[in-house]
Amino acid sequence: MKEIVVISGKGGTGKTSLTASFAYLGGKDVIVADCDVDAADMHLLLKPDFAEAEDFYSGELAYIEQDRCIRCGKCADVCRFDAIENVFNTYKVDRLACEGCGYCSRICPTHAIINKKRLAGEWYISQIKTGSLMVHAKLGIGADNSGKLVAKVKNEAKKIAEDEFKDFILVDGSPGIGCPVVSSLSGAHFVVMVTEPSVPGFHDLKRLFTLIKKFSLKAGCIINKFDINKQITKEIENYLKEENILHIANLPYNEDFIRAMTKGQTVVEYTDGGVRNLIEQSWNKIKDEIK
Amino acid sequence: MKIVFTTKGDNWDSIMDPRFGRTEFFLIYDEDKDELAHYDNREAASDAHGAGPKTAQKLFEFHPDVLITGNGPGGNAAAVLEKTGIRIITGAADMTAKEAYEKYRRGELN
Amino acid sequence: MKIAIASGKGGTGKTTLSTNLASYLSEIEQVVLTDLDVEEPNSGLFLSGNREIKEDKFKMVPQWIEDKCTLCGICQKVCNFHAVIQLGKMIMVFPELCHGCYACSELCPESALPMIPKKMGELNYSRDRNLHFIESRLDVGEEQAVPLIRQTKDYIDRTFPGDTVHIYDSPPGTSCPVIEVTKDVDFVILITEPTPFGFHDLKLAVETMRELKKPFGVVINRDGIGNQDVVDFCKCEKITLLAKIPNDRRIAELCSLGKLIYNEVPEFRRELDKIITYIMTIKNYKQA
Repeated sequence: MKEIVVISGKGGTGKTSLTASFAYLGGKDVIVADCDVDAADMHLLLKPDFAEAEDFYSGELAYIEQDRCIRCGKCADVCRFDAIENVFNTYKVDRLACEGCGYCSRICPTHAIINKKRLAGEWYISQIKTGSLMVHAKLGIGADNSGKLVAKVKNEAKKIAEDEFKDFILVDGSPGIGCPVVSSLSGAHFVVMVTEPSVPGFHDLKRLFTLIKKFSLKAGCIINKFDINKQITKEIENYLKEENILHIANLPYNEDFIRAMTKGQTVVEYTDGGVRNLIEQSWNKIKDEIK
Repeated sequence: MKIVFTTKGDNWDSIMDPRFGRTEFFLIYDEDKDELAHYDNREAASDAHGAGPKTAQKLFEFHPDVLITGNGPGGNAAAVLEKTGIRIITGAADMTAKEAYEKYRRGELN
Repeated sequence: MKIAIASGKGGTGKTTLSTNLASYLSEIEQVVLTDLDVEEPNSGLFLSGNREIKEDKFKMVPQWIEDKCTLCGICQKVCNFHAVIQLGKMIMVFPELCHGCYACSELCPESALPMIPKKMGELNYSRDRNLHFIESRLDVGEEQAVPLIRQTKDYIDRTFPGDTVHIYDSPPGTSCPVIEVTKDVDFVILITEPTPFGFHDLKLAVETMRELKKPFGVVINRDGIGNQDVVDFCKCEKITLLAKIPNDRRIAELCSLGKLIYNEVPEFRRELDKIITYIMTIKNYKQA
């Protein structure tokens, strides 16, 4: 069982559309994990049935039991996050400001404050249109996107892949270079970086690769919309050569991506045109690379 | 010599867990006494942050000489382990603990 | 007057809109543009101007004083983030994991863990005539964006008091950093693309703004692609549609080069005019 993680530092590069296309091409050999939990969009293309859902808890949240509270205000004094407000002589916790450090509950003289597990979102195991399974999640508003939900989604996908003897886990990775990305990268056999030829795109690609190098992972790169700026495409290609990164493909700017999306389809379902061939070739190249 | 493995189960046939901080189990092998023990670390997976240092602290309590794992500990955990003087062996993924031990003995891991 | 430019997902044109709007508006007003996407600040790539100030930004973390410590273990017990760990006869502190709650420091019976400043990132200020630009960047490995965002906001509140127009380039998503950026602004501009992905993430962003009780409006970027769902949604939910930026290859090309657009593409400038008119109406209303 091999794990492929698709990732892009910057948003809007077509990462999710490509991952969904690979999932479609891989069919039943592939278990899909949507680790882009902040903006989980892959379900719009792969049509999961949300068959199994479970609440997800992360961190803690202070809760004041009003009948035990003597309104001494010590909790508000020690809180460094201004998360306890006094409204008409009633102390209340601001759910969005509370970081769950638990300091208030430790110093409350009447033990009126308890720390509850914070409901951070929901995660699902679904059957998708290819007949295979996908693990995905939805993060609640203002929740802290730690690596934890990402790790959860990935581990569940791994378990399923092991139990069902699947060849691949395909992960739609988190954006940025913080904790969630590190979680989505851990254990990867191959990382596919999707970028676009723009100043910010190239900038973020380099930042991302620094991280990948740190974990000594094998990586390849797809330059999407390469014809938007051929000069920067050339610069990226040179960079890939220098850093010994597999150059998987250049994909042209193509509105079929969006047309397919509006139909709720992956681009490889939608069109038989050249872009389908290019994506198929990319997928085969990735598979060859991790054989 | 006491060797600790990061694994997904509690015996020699368990698959190695490539992660350190959120490893499911520690398998603890005392070569001198030929004794095998395990520790269930699955609780660490439920920590939003800081799984690395917490797991490293736990590891320290077993006083091992060597740690065999997959990816290698992240920055925070590595900082703890550095202070403990435990030797860290990485690259043991996609194999059982038994295989990892044999490879280590043959000097194929470092 | 503070305006945040936000979006449910990345790559919808948040930075493009922030930089162009700020730069264009600075032709008639003093404008302060602040890039609060501290993990990946990109606005600076589009702006010229000379850097005038560079400041390191610090957060407060505990420091262990061995001589005072009796190894009672209270510090590690009270830390919910495993940022303080007792290892044999040693206390280790992990500044990246510390949220700065002060519990370990203040509850230590021996005062052996005083809080000290630790660098978490840097703030840069540059200026191009009427356009003041502030960018904060989190150091690699730092996990918490919120403290740096908070300090950056404090900095601009101190440096630019009064009713200057402020534009915040917000981080993407709907998690804590976005809330920190948007919670004290007067108005939020949500930018989206009229595609199913854009629509889906816009709905999450709208839900967030409603929970925060923030007035907001929507700008559609790359108008012409996708479908009518975003427009219909805005109509149905009575959300102000501020502008529609056309899908135009020239815009994409200029962006890819890190260039500003409003001087080159008149259709784009017309849409900016609409947004500015709206902003000025709110500003005048606020003053009156």
